[in-house]
Amino acid sequence: MLERLEAIAQEIESSLARIDSLEQLEELRIRYLGKKGILTQVLRGMGSLSPEERPLVGKAANEVKVRIEGALTVRAGTLKELEKVVRLQTERIDVTLPGTRQLLGTKHPLTIIREEIEDIFLGLGYAIVEGPEVETDYYNFEALNFPKDHPARDMQDTFFFGPDVLLRTHTSPVQVHTFEKTAPRVPLKIIAPGRVYRQDDDATHSPMFHQVEGFAVDGRITFGDLKGTLTVFAQQMFSPQTKMRFRPSFFPFTEPSAEVDISCVICSGGGCRVCSHTGWLEILGAGMIHPRVLEMSGYDSEKVTGFAFGMGIERIAMLKYGIDDMRLFFDNDMRFLAQF
Amino acid sequence: MRVSLNWLKEYVDVPVSAVELADRLTLVGVAVEAVDEPGREIEGVHTGRVLEIKRHPNADRLVICKVDAGRGEPAVIVTGANNMQVGDIVPVALAGARLAGGLVIKRAKFRGVPSSGMLCAADELGIGDDHEGILILPPDLPVGVDVKPLLGLDDSILDMDLTPNRSDCLSILGVAREVATIFDTELRPVTGLPPTGSAIEGVRIDIEDPELCGRYVARMLKDVKIEPSPPWMQQRLTALGVRPISSIVDVTNYVMLELGQPMHAFDFDRVTGGHVIVRRARPGERMVTLDGAERQLTPEMLLIADPEVAIGIAGVMGGLDSEVTNETRTVLLESAYFNPISIRRTARELGLRSEASLRFEKGIDPDGCLRAANRAVELLERIGAAKAVSGAVDNYPAPYVPRTILVRPERVDQILGVSVPRADSARILHKLEFAPREADEGFLVSVPGHRPDVMREIDLIEEVARIYGYDRIENTLPYGAATPGFRTPEQMLLNQLRGLLAACGLTEVVTYSFVHPGVFDRLGLPADHALRDTLPLQNPLSEDQSVMRTLLFPGLLETLARNYHRRNVDAALFEVATVFRPRGDDVLPEERLILVIAMMGGTPDGWNLSKRPLDFYQLKGVLETVAQKIGLPPFEYVPAGEHPSFHPGRAAWVKAGDTVLGVMGELHPDVIESFELPAGSVACELDFDQIIRLDRETVKRYEGLPRYPSVERDLAFVIQAAVPVQDVVTLIQKGGGPLLQEVNLFDVYQGKQVGEGYRSLAFALRFQAPDRTLTDDAVNGYLEAIVQLLTEHTGATLRK
Repeated sequence: MLERLEAIAQEIESSLARIDSLEQLEELRIRYLGKKGILTQVLRGMGSLSPEERPLVGKAANEVKVRIEGALTVRAGTLKELEKVVRLQTERIDVTLPGTRQLLGTKHPLTIIREEIEDIFLGLGYAIVEGPEVETDYYNFEALNFPKDHPARDMQDTFFFGPDVLLRTHTSPVQVHTFEKTAPRVPLKIIAPGRVYRQDDDATHSPMFHQVEGFAVDGRITFGDLKGTLTVFAQQMFSPQTKMRFRPSFFPFTEPSAEVDISCVICSGGGCRVCSHTGWLEILGAGMIHPRVLEMSGYDSEKVTGFAFGMGIERIAMLKYGIDDMRLFFDNDMRFLAQF
Repeated sequence: MRVSLNWLKEYVDVPVSAVELADRLTLVGVAVEAVDEPGREIEGVHTGRVLEIKRHPNADRLVICKVDAGRGEPAVIVTGANNMQVGDIVPVALAGARLAGGLVIKRAKFRGVPSSGMLCAADELGIGDDHEGILILPPDLPVGVDVKPLLGLDDSILDMDLTPNRSDCLSILGVAREVATIFDTELRPVTGLPPTGSAIEGVRIDIEDPELCGRYVARMLKDVKIEPSPPWMQQRLTALGVRPISSIVDVTNYVMLELGQPMHAFDFDRVTGGHVIVRRARPGERMVTLDGAERQLTPEMLLIADPEVAIGIAGVMGGLDSEVTNETRTVLLESAYFNPISIRRTARELGLRSEASLRFEKGIDPDGCLRAANRAVELLERIGAAKAVSGAVDNYPAPYVPRTILVRPERVDQILGVSVPRADSARILHKLEFAPREADEGFLVSVPGHRPDVMREIDLIEEVARIYGYDRIENTLPYGAATPGFRTPEQMLLNQLRGLLAACGLTEVVTYSFVHPGVFDRLGLPADHALRDTLPLQNPLSEDQSVMRTLLFPGLLETLARNYHRRNVDAALFEVATVFRPRGDDVLPEERLILVIAMMGGTPDGWNLSKRPLDFYQLKGVLETVAQKIGLPPFEYVPAGEHPSFHPGRAAWVKAGDTVLGVMGELHPDVIESFELPAGSVACELDFDQIIRLDRETVKRYEGLPRYPSVERDLAFVIQAAVPVQDVVTLIQKGGGPLLQEVNLFDVYQGKQVGEGYRSLAFALRFQAPDRTLTDDAVNGYLEAIVQLLTEHTGATLRK
């Protein structure tokens, strides 16, 4: 009996090596371990054994059964693994086929740049304020110290609706509106983005464009604060290595006034076509708010001072993205917009 | 304004190169845009005297010259020019010399005759375009000297880009003053031939309107010879962009460029009675200006007249009749101060803006009129163009009184944020001729006549700052109470909306605020439509941009069409911008923020997916997503068959409760045709100013995740096709009660199986209770209620 058991075990073990599918393995299991299986039959024959032999043979039979089942399980594991490898081979795809195309949207580059500018100034404690685009002469010019018949008005070609009603030529009227609402309270830190209009149309001018005005009014704002603030801005907007140059200039509503240059974003100051070989790019105009502007809107210019600056969003976007024609922003070709 | 470096050096020492000077001037606010060096390439061209001119034996058009170029042996030069004569002094370029354009001269043979160089025409030396003949130089010049200094070719020209406040720098003298201040050197005095008396015999000047003419200086010159001015003067005028005309006119222009004082020369014999009257024009008065045009004058304009007729428009242009001509023998020189605003208005009204009017309208130095007249007389005598008549008329009814301003050093420091040494401020103000005097609180300065832009202390602080140097002011950040940086709820919503629309696959565009007035016709708006009431521009660039938009469709549809024509056939666009709607008697329009969307074509296709049309339902899906994400209950969509711009069967008003937010749908075929868009294009316009006022869930409230399983059931109905799905959904929700969590329409079928006029709607319903597992019985009860309600209200039958 014991010999018989051992023979069966060896028979199974030797057939296992030849089995190479889970189906054959199952057949083998049924042939030996099934209800009518060979091993099962042998074990049923244990009844004819003597009571002395029975426990001995029973123990051995059980060991054989465990051994066979173990061998079957190991083989099954190996076969499953093999079959998985084969299946995965057949499931191979061409990973170089293009991915599924998406319906892609994007914000306009001018919006992207505007939000970047806003975020930098939000971090410096500036609130965002907007103002109307159709303005009176008073808010666009008079209150900003552009007297009637002053040559400074020639600096801005204006669209008119009537003698006193016009499209704002800059975002600076927001200063006046804000001062009128706030004076004499300080501190005030505001940026005012928006559309502005000038009668001009070529590769570097558009009849409609966008500006961001910024201003701060407090008891002791200085020209140094203006320089520092704009340096923080430019270095965040362009690169931490950006160098600044402040050139004296003239705007009726600031004094002292400055034009602000940054080191060229293309050549870093070495000189190239973009910066006309000067190494510098003009990015904005700025200055200390003219005391007359503060006074006209209700501040005591002896008690408070302020600075103001204004930049063209198109200009910043053109420098940042290397765009060479301002009209592209308003042409809205999908092939242009999809690049941002 | 262009400035000659050589001319500048007559008034001040310049210790640096032209390029460096340009940088230094730019950094004090007198911007130099470019530095031209007209003679940069020219080298080795010397004066020579023509000794002999012979015909070329083998060429009719060539001559052989012997020229003494100061090198001992005369040079033999073959040339094609024939305007020179023996004895003339000419520019000679021998082999090795270099001309304008970089041409290097070599020895050459012309038809067998060797030539050792060439004689130069004006253009070959970079002065003007004249190639008609050899440039003949003044006869008294020695031979063998470099022509560059003689012709001003060693000069550098600074091209200035002046700000409108700095009228003082519209002159060599003004720029020299800046240079003297920058380098702390001395400004040399202006010379001139002063008058010997306080009147000129036979000349009378009356100023009728001292408001418009603050000063009128006249000097007289006799024995006038009208001839070209000397080359050095012509060269300087040319270099500064003024065309040389004749001695008298050239000197008046020369003095204007040098001192900033515009001048005018009258033919004195044409001034009746020797009597000049400065008066306003009479109503209806006309005169012919020296450009030959007859001008209609108004009483706003100031004239120079004699007792009979006008002889000039003050500060703007002289009269034809009194112009200096070849016959002129006696000249009356005018050097006056006119009211800037009056000149500006007159020049603008007549469309006559000149170098003279430009200076007057920005304000010249009233104290400089006599000095300029004396300088002109000196120059005219020096070049031998006329002889001075003794005496001058100086009618100065309201002499310039310098403004006195206190400059407080602590205020300077307070504005600039740097401590400027008191001595530095004093030096700067002194060099700029503000004559600072020490006072208790600081300096008292007197504003000189050449600085009409300086009105108050801040102007002088700027003067100190720009010379002291902006680069010496340390960068700081504002010190004091902190301010909160924030966006308003509207700004946040706008940003969120833009982001959401982009996430839904839409691309933002920016279009012009002005449109063509014909867009309303193209949109099919009836003649009396309220949105046709626009704000027209008085001075548009073109009719295409002549009225302010009252709605955003036009810009967006034009953008779609432009892309379509460029074969960008699929596009989903949006814009958020202002529209302008006139408000009755208010001069300012109402400005509203509008959101507009337009789409054409389809979604991207590819090897594994097919195109879905960007149609009504795609658009509606975008709106539904947006409403949900910005915290609004779903919008309602009510058929908008009456809207003229949309397909009558494919348009809907978009509503939130009773508020109409806007309209959406497929564009009307007529609109599609007029904008040349592909069929089926859709669009939507929503009033953002309405959306922001809706009650939104601005902060999302978290809802606990369900703890008990849901029960899903499908129901399909056959129902009359005319019944809107929204009505069916409402009934399902009513029958389903509060435990019905989701109603998803997953199939719509119309066809033979359901019969004409009917359709089948299949819904997936999901029930869920927060506190228990739902039983089949409970759900079946709701389903029965739904079926019953639908059958009762719509005659729908359940599809089994």
